[in-house]
Amino acid sequence: MQEKAPGEPRGARNGPRTILDETGIRRTLMRIAHEILERTEDPGLLYLVAIPNGGVPLAREIARNLRQIAGIDVAVGILDTTLYRDDLTTTAERPLLRLTEMPSAVDGRIVILVDDVVKTGRTIRAAMDALMDFGRPQVVQVVGLVDRGHRELPIKLDYVGKNVPTSPNENLRLRGDAGELRGRLELVLEPSDAADSDDSSRSARKGGGA
Amino acid sequence: MTRMLIRGGRILDPSEDRDEAGDVLIEAGTISEIAAGLDVPGAEVLDAKGAWVAPGFVDLHCHLREPGQEYKEDIASGGRAAVAGGFTAVACMANTQPVNDDPAMTDFILDRALHDSPARVYPVAAATRGLEGQVMTEMVALVDAGAVAFSDDGRTIMDSGVMRRVLDYSRLVAAPVIVHCEDRTLVSDGVVNEGPVSTKLGLPGNPAVAEIVHIHRDLLLAEQVGAHLHVAHVSTAGGVEAIRRARERGVQVTAEVTPHHLTLTDEATLGYDTNTKVAPPLRGEADVRACRAGLVDGTLDAIATDHAPHALHEKELDFASAPHGLIGLETAAAVVLDLVRSGELTPLEWVRRLSTNPARILRKSGGSLAVGASADLVVIDPERRWTYDPVKGHSKSRNSPWAGQTLTGRVVATVVGGRLVYHVDRGILV
Amino acid sequence: MIGRDLLGIEDLDRSDIERILQTAEHMGEIGEREVKKVPTLRGRTLVNLFFEPSTRTQTSFEIAGKRLSADVVNFSPRSSSLTKAESILDTARTLDAMDPDAVVVRHAVAGVPKRIADVLEAPVINAGDGAHEHPTQALLDLFTVRREKGRIDGLTVTIVGDIVHSRVARSNIYGFLKMGAEVRLAAPPPMIPAAVETLGVKAFTSLREALDGADVVMALRIQNERFAGSYFPSVREYAATFGIDRATLRYAKDDAIVMHPGPVNRGVELSHDLADHRPSVILDQVRNGVSIRMAVLYLISGRLHRGGVA
Repeated sequence: MQEKAPGEPRGARNGPRTILDETGIRRTLMRIAHEILERTEDPGLLYLVAIPNGGVPLAREIARNLRQIAGIDVAVGILDTTLYRDDLTTTAERPLLRLTEMPSAVDGRIVILVDDVVKTGRTIRAAMDALMDFGRPQVVQVVGLVDRGHRELPIKLDYVGKNVPTSPNENLRLRGDAGELRGRLELVLEPSDAADSDDSSRSARKGGGA
Repeated sequence: MTRMLIRGGRILDPSEDRDEAGDVLIEAGTISEIAAGLDVPGAEVLDAKGAWVAPGFVDLHCHLREPGQEYKEDIASGGRAAVAGGFTAVACMANTQPVNDDPAMTDFILDRALHDSPARVYPVAAATRGLEGQVMTEMVALVDAGAVAFSDDGRTIMDSGVMRRVLDYSRLVAAPVIVHCEDRTLVSDGVVNEGPVSTKLGLPGNPAVAEIVHIHRDLLLAEQVGAHLHVAHVSTAGGVEAIRRARERGVQVTAEVTPHHLTLTDEATLGYDTNTKVAPPLRGEADVRACRAGLVDGTLDAIATDHAPHALHEKELDFASAPHGLIGLETAAAVVLDLVRSGELTPLEWVRRLSTNPARILRKSGGSLAVGASADLVVIDPERRWTYDPVKGHSKSRNSPWAGQTLTGRVVATVVGGRLVYHVDRGILV
Repeated sequence: MIGRDLLGIEDLDRSDIERILQTAEHMGEIGEREVKKVPTLRGRTLVNLFFEPSTRTQTSFEIAGKRLSADVVNFSPRSSSLTKAESILDTARTLDAMDPDAVVVRHAVAGVPKRIADVLEAPVINAGDGAHEHPTQALLDLFTVRREKGRIDGLTVTIVGDIVHSRVARSNIYGFLKMGAEVRLAAPPPMIPAAVETLGVKAFTSLREALDGADVVMALRIQNERFAGSYFPSVREYAATFGIDRATLRYAKDDAIVMHPGPVNRGVELSHDLADHRPSVILDQVRNGVSIRMAVLYLISGRLHRGGVA
């Protein structure tokens, strides 16, 4: 149903294209771990909060990297943003809820939200609202493995793996084992028919209804 | 003198076992001639090609609600609904407000009927004063006033001593005592047939045995005193069987069954539609089969509607609080044509159970197309399909389980006393 | 399939139930937070339409709605004989004109939620109708059993007591059967509904036989004041023949759990000691009730205005 925008970025029309393979992802997350340490005065306050599902293996990998680089144990939480979405009343079917597991308090911590793909910024907004219900962090920062652009809210990423200009009608998703960073894991750009991630599904619907 | 010629129909007259094509000539309100190829210059002609011509239906059991509950129905609207359904005469139950337990009230009903109703109206008087099951009514005076039968209907007489004396006394007037057989202590708060459906719905069950026990009681009492007992709306296999055996041993018993108990099971109640709430309740499939078999073998003499109008706001109460009853005058013929289509009844036997037998039970004329009989007749197209919409019907009420359904078979015309009072394309004509 | 409304477990299939239980797992986590509230239903109005009073169920729905940030309004038309004449559909239409986003209905007569749902734009959740269904109670019971036993499939569940007047029994019969359990009933014979085997269960008059090998024992509340002397001779005789205590519980499996929809007549359906202690899980049932109702509100009140969603 989606119309292809003219002058759409390369590749998508010809089928799936790998944006980052597993090695690329690992390298990127290592770089981000270094950046976090560089910019954080007191790494003891760090608290990685993953947005499921894609953010979970990434946050765990970053935590492993931080331990490896600096010998620190950083708490990893999982925060489902579904109940904080702003489009629930317009969806025909309610989306499935995902695990929320916040092992320690967020008060006074430097919370780093981790997501795989950031586009409109609405998921990050929802995650921040959810976070505030858990307490009062000192600072909130955001990691995005990929930034696709197309922002609809004033959200900026503090740590970006890769900027990937895309058409709003394309899907970018993390393929592979969602729980752990192991086995085949890659970021794949594909033409969108069936919308997958929250961000792209919202866009797709808007595009379809406009 | 007006003359009417009903031309080209299939004439069905159970009183003379006549089933043949022919024309019917009506003169001066009576049937004057039946023959093939009649040609009567100047007569009003009613085309009955492809249709059945039968004596008008006689309903043994309906509620016209006047006086007292004219918001549900009155004698005029009930009478119009009757002729639209092919009924040329209806027997109306006594549970009006005030109750028809007094000759003055019987007079009133007959007077109203004479002026307002296109159908003949036969008042059934109460068997006990105020339907209270205690003091019997003045049956002689009531019969003199025009009452055709006695019944407390839904207010079943639970006191067996009272019932026995009512039956005994009724021998004086040679009028049937009509009984609604449900033991109230067994019914308790039951509102749907007890069985899988009541269990599923979670509504209190009304067990078949409540009817069966009571039919047995009344049969034994009628047998003992030698009175004419008429069992209203039989709904159970056990009830049919009890009547069959009683009749075999010579008890003077007649019985009726309703279109809904012949064609609907308790599963019709699964959506909690209060228009399926009736007393006795819609039963299971085995009971429906037994009622049909009883009607076919003659154990059950007649089909009666138990037309019971209730206002929309009353039926919009919860299932326990909503009143019992459904309207049936306008749909009865079409609904029970099912028994002809299934092959259980021939058209002639079908007419007998709607017309000839009920007239005989009430000891009234009617139910016959014999020459010289009053011209009360009905023309039915057994194939005509129509969608029933109670809003467009003639009854004031809409509480029908057949609302919105497409039915096959329709009354085309109804003639009462030689007057065309209803035609399907022209409506009520009086 | 989960439709617009939740009128009964009978209408659900196994995957619907799984989905509700799964959602409730996540809802339970919100109840453990310091701020027990999410903005999901912000700006939505939930009406508790309770024709029959029930503080417990109404409160549970109210808390569930509030945890999801809905505005919760309690509307309890008095069911006196005076107001009885008001058509339930009139009440429903009046309510609908105020544009609620979901309506929770409780009524003493079976079928009222269904009839209201037929005229209402808003989705209807049945909070108990007569002896018909009480779907959220069955869902919370399923949820509780699954948490305790890790599964429902293959379990034996014995429901004891006033089955004939119980909506909880009917909903649980449908629920446990759909989830693969065996369901048995035990009660004084007048309290066993007619043709109950058509629901797929087996009825026993011997408590001992019914409990033999049971994993779950669910006692139902006996309405002493209404039925003692008619459905069973006396409370004393009921307690002696169908009451559950540690002695009768020995017939069931060693690890059997005891449930009750509450409120318990102590010393009648359950011994004092069982009412308060393991293996009874009565307070877990109550706690899980909020999670289940949050899940149902989340899943159902989504389909608010028919045809309003592109």
